[in-house]
Amino acid sequence: MKKIILFAVIGALVIGMAAMPSPALAEKKPFKIGFFAPLTGHAAQTGRDMLSGLQVFLIEQGWKVAGRKIELISEDSEAKPAVALTKVRKLVEKDAVHVVIGGLMASSGYALMPYADSKKIPAIYAIMASDDLTQRKPGKWMVRTGWASSQPSHPFGEYVYKELGYRKVATIGYDYAFGWEVVGGFERTFEDAGGRIIQKLWTPVGTMDYGPFLGQISKDADAVFALFFGAGALQFVKQYKDYGLKDKIPLLGGGTTTDEHVLPSMGDEAIGIMTTLHYSQAIDTPENKKFAAAFKDFAGKIASYYGEGPYTGGKWIIEATKAIKGNVEDREKFLKALKSLKMPDSPRGPIELDKFGNPIQNIYIRKVERVGGELQNTVVKVYPKVSQFWTYNPDEYLKKPLYSRDYPPLKK
Amino acid sequence: MRVITQFRLKISGAIAALILLVILPPFLPSYWLTILTQMLIFGIMAMSLDVLMGYTGLPSFGHAAFFGASAYVIAILSTRYQVGFLGCIASGFLLSVAIAAIFGLLVAHAAGVYFLMITLALGMVIWGLAFRWVTMTGGDNGIAGIPRPGLGIPISLEDPIFFYYFVVIVFLIVLFLLYIFIRSPFGQSLMGIRESESRMRILGYNTWLHKYLAYVVAGAFSGISGILWAYYNGFVSPMDAELTASFEAFLMVILGGPATLVGPALGAGIIVFLKNFISAYTHRWLLIIGGIYILAILYAPGGVMELGKRLAKGGDNE
Repeated sequence: MKKIILFAVIGALVIGMAAMPSPALAEKKPFKIGFFAPLTGHAAQTGRDMLSGLQVFLIEQGWKVAGRKIELISEDSEAKPAVALTKVRKLVEKDAVHVVIGGLMASSGYALMPYADSKKIPAIYAIMASDDLTQRKPGKWMVRTGWASSQPSHPFGEYVYKELGYRKVATIGYDYAFGWEVVGGFERTFEDAGGRIIQKLWTPVGTMDYGPFLGQISKDADAVFALFFGAGALQFVKQYKDYGLKDKIPLLGGGTTTDEHVLPSMGDEAIGIMTTLHYSQAIDTPENKKFAAAFKDFAGKIASYYGEGPYTGGKWIIEATKAIKGNVEDREKFLKALKSLKMPDSPRGPIELDKFGNPIQNIYIRKVERVGGELQNTVVKVYPKVSQFWTYNPDEYLKKPLYSRDYPPLKK
Repeated sequence: MRVITQFRLKISGAIAALILLVILPPFLPSYWLTILTQMLIFGIMAMSLDVLMGYTGLPSFGHAAFFGASAYVIAILSTRYQVGFLGCIASGFLLSVAIAAIFGLLVAHAAGVYFLMITLALGMVIWGLAFRWVTMTGGDNGIAGIPRPGLGIPISLEDPIFFYYFVVIVFLIVLFLLYIFIRSPFGQSLMGIRESESRMRILGYNTWLHKYLAYVVAGAFSGISGILWAYYNGFVSPMDAELTASFEAFLMVILGGPATLVGPALGAGIIVFLKNFISAYTHRWLLIIGGIYILAILYAPGGVMELGKRLAKGGDNE
C-alpha cells in the first residue's frame, strides 16, 4: 500500500511539474527578455560579463519600458550549440519570452537561426560574430547588433600597410572558424593594399604552450598578426616577450588578443601591441564613459566588448520596443522596428544595420598603453561607418568563399 | 511470493511508463514534449552503451563517435545533396556500423582501462574529423537547417508531437531488439565474458569475436540515436561527437544501473531532466548534479534500478 502511495505521489509530482502552464499573454503583461550564454564551464567568465552588460542597461532603464515591466530570464548554454538550442526552446516555449538575446559561440548562432525563423522569435546576436550569419546564410529573425569576425580586420589590413608601413607580415591564430575569419580579413586587405603575408601559423584552440610555434616565426617578418583570446591570449603575449620577439618584431592582432577581458591580467609585455575592434573601453565619449563606469560599479571589473555587446543589444531591444509603443506581441512589427533602428549614441558609437542585418559601425585601431597605472586600448584611429564588406561590392564579395584555413591562400 | 510481487512490480512499472510515454504527451506543453523527446533519444544511446558497459563489461569512452558520425551523415546528405529520408537513415546507420566494424578490430582485444583509453582515442578521431574537415562538416560552426523528414504520408514530423511518437516507436523497437539480443545465448555468453573471459575461452568460446560483435551492435544502435538527434535539433556540431558527450552517456549508464537496459534509459531521462530543470533555477546547477553522482556512487552503486529493487524489497519485509 505504502508503495502505491509513493508511486502516486511521485507520479503526481512529475505531472504537476511538467504541466505547469505558461502564463497567457494579456494587456500590459511584463515584457520578457530571454538571455542565454555559457554561465558554467571554460567560457563562464565571458558569459557572466555578457549578462552583466545586459543587466547594467536594464537597471538604467529601471526595469521598465513603454509602461511595461521588464522581466529578464537567463539560461546557461554551456558553450554547446545543442544546449543553447534546448535553452532557447525553453525560453520561448515555456517562459514565453518576446525576444532572445545572447550566445557566445558562432555554432550556437547557426543552430539557433532555423528555430528563430520557425517560431518567429526575434533573436539578437550581440556577440556571435561568424561572418556567414549575415553573409551567405542570413536568417530572417536574426538581428545582429554585434559584429562580423572579419569586419575590424579589413580596415586594419590597409592601416598596417599604409600607415605603419609594414610590407611582410606573418600570422598566427586559433585554428577554427573565428581565427580563420579574423586572420583572413586582415590578409585580404593587407595584400590588396600591396603587402604580403609570408607565413600563416595555426594553433589548436586551448594551446597553452606557444613555444613550438614561436620558434617557427620567420625572421623576415616586419610584424606578426596574432589572434587569441582568454588564457591563450595571456600566455601567447607573455611567451612572445620571453622568446625575445617583442623587441624584434612588432606584435599586431585581432581585438580579442588584448581585449579588456584579458588586459588587466597582462603586464608590460602587452604595451605597444596594436589591435582592431569595434570597441575599446578607452573610447572617449560621454556614452562610453557612462557605460564603463556603470559596468565597473555593477560587475567590479572593467568593461570589455563582451559587456558592451549585450549592453548595446539590450538598448537596441528597448529602443525598438519604445518605437512600437511596447506592442511587442505584434512580432512582425517588432522585427521591423529592430531591423530599421538607428542608434547614434551607443557606447561604441553610431550603429545602423545593413540589409543583411549586420551593423555598420566604427572600427577602432587601438594600441595598448599604460595610463594612470592601468593598461588600456588607446584608440589611435577611427574608421567610421565600416560595413562588413569593407569597400568591396557585396555581390562580388559574397561570390568568394568564406575565409577559411586555406582561403585566402598563402601566395608563394 | 517474491516472484509474484516482483512480476507485479514490473507490470505496474511498464504500465506507468506506457502511460507516461504514450498517453500523457499530447497534454504536455511543447517545451516539455521536446525535453521528453530528448530523453528518449539519449535513452537509446545509453541503452546501446549498456550492451558494452553493463553486459560485456567493456567501459567505452568513445561512444559518442557513432552518435556523431550518423548525425553528420544525416546533416551532410540532407542539406548538401538533398538525399531523401530513407537514403539518409540507411547511410547514417550503415556508416556507424562500418565505423564500429573498423574500430572494433582495434579495440576488441583490449579490456578494462586499456579498452577505455583506446575507445577514448578513437572517439577523438571522429571528433577531430568533424572539427577539421571543414569543407565537408563546416568545422566548428556545424551544419544547420536539417529538414525533418516527410514520410510520404500526410503526417508531418515537423510537428513536435508526431516527431515525438516517431521517436517513441523507434525507442520501443530498440528496447525490444536489445532485450532479445541480451536474452539470447549470444547475450548470455557476453555476460559470461564479463564475469570471466579466461573461463569462457577455455570453454571454447571465441571471446574476441563475441566482444567484437557486441561492439558493433552497440555502435549500430548508438548510430540510430544519432540519426534521431540530427532530425530533432536540425543541427549538428563537433560537440555531438566530443569526449564530454561520450562521458555523459557513460554517466547515464552508471546512474541508471549497468546491465539493466531499462536503467540506463532511465538514467538518461534523469540527467536530461536535471540538466534542464535545475539550471533554470541556479547557475550552480553543476554542483547539484555532481553531488547527485557522488551520492549515487556511494549509496547506490547499482544505479537507480538497484535503488528501486531495494525499495521494493523493503516493502516485502513489512
